[in-house]
Amino acid sequence: MYIIVVGAGKVGWNLARELLEKEHEVTVIESDRRRYLTVEQELEHNVSYGDASELWVLERAGIQRADMVIAVTGDDEDNMLICQVAREKYEVERIIARVNNPRNKPHFDLLGIKPSVSATDLILRLLEHEVPEYGLVHLLDLQEEQLEIIEMLLGKDCGVIGRRVGDLKMPEGSLLISVLRKGKGFVPGPDTVLDVGDEVLAVLDPGHEEQLKDLFGPGGGNGAGDGGG
Amino acid sequence: MFILIVGCGRVGSSVARAMLHEGHEVSCLDEDPESHARLEVGLEKGWEDLGGQFTVGAGLETDALVAAGIEKADAFIASTDGDNTNIIIAQIARRRYSVPTVITRILDPLRAEWYERQGMHTVCPTRVAIDMLETAVREGAPRGDAGPSDTDGSAEAA
Repeated sequence: MYIIVVGAGKVGWNLARELLEKEHEVTVIESDRRRYLTVEQELEHNVSYGDASELWVLERAGIQRADMVIAVTGDDEDNMLICQVAREKYEVERIIARVNNPRNKPHFDLLGIKPSVSATDLILRLLEHEVPEYGLVHLLDLQEEQLEIIEMLLGKDCGVIGRRVGDLKMPEGSLLISVLRKGKGFVPGPDTVLDVGDEVLAVLDPGHEEQLKDLFGPGGGNGAGDGGG
Repeated sequence: MFILIVGCGRVGSSVARAMLHEGHEVSCLDEDPESHARLEVGLEKGWEDLGGQFTVGAGLETDALVAAGIEKADAFIASTDGDNTNIIIAQIARRRYSVPTVITRILDPLRAEWYERQGMHTVCPTRVAIDMLETAVREGAPRGDAGPSDTDGSAEAA
């Protein structure tokens, strides 16, 4: 695959190195002369000097035949513009953009720059996964498929502790898909009884988080399963 | 008309003053608080006293755009010193806030040309300068030099 990486900062440089190791053809474009000279010592002809928001610089790097463009400069406007031009002018099939300031993420979405990756976001999610006191954790957003997968840690005061899964009144459009207990995961059946410390995974249609939070949160689940009792 | 100008440099501030003089409502947004002083160059009263609005903030910040009045803007001018910033915020003004008239200053002729073809209303000062220079050279060349054009002296002038 021919991949153009824009920006030879820490992210771009390491990315290029990895991609080259995986035997892809790579060109990194860097606009800072000094940075370019540093990176060029290692990457040699795989790095090109210039401002990639200028069309001729992209063309010189061979964007017409690129399979993928990855924009990881420190400037969100540049990343958005480069990806937009790559996709809409040069019809590059796959683009990836880095979001430096998470507050700019809606702009990437507005311009249809997908996927866009924000380091802050990734670290935050990792943090939430490692420290699940926050309650409900988003593990995955399948935007195209309109599905989300979330994780919840069941605390002592959780309303569903000691209840059978079959008795839970799960909100419509949601499904309990897995329980992690003492480091082991299994698919719960109707007879599975939830315990303190369980981490449950659920898949759901977007917009049902609140109902799930109510059900699995402190004191939640009261009244659930009334029909069964 | 309510006109929002993002980027209050020499170009933005001049356009802002002219539009205010013509009786429009004008709001300026710039990252640099100092650019407020540039707005007031040649004015007999303060910018706000004359009815102008000035907000400090970046064109990409939603809060700043809203504070500067983008939601009620009839016209939006992107005239920061960065082509990429102008191109992105112009699209935000158009797509997210549905501003009816959006004008974008793009210095790079190649980018200006392509975005113009995509339906963006662009102004490219570089293109204008190139055209003017070319015209000036073509029209001025035979008479521009003091010496007679049909002697050997003309070669030296080149």
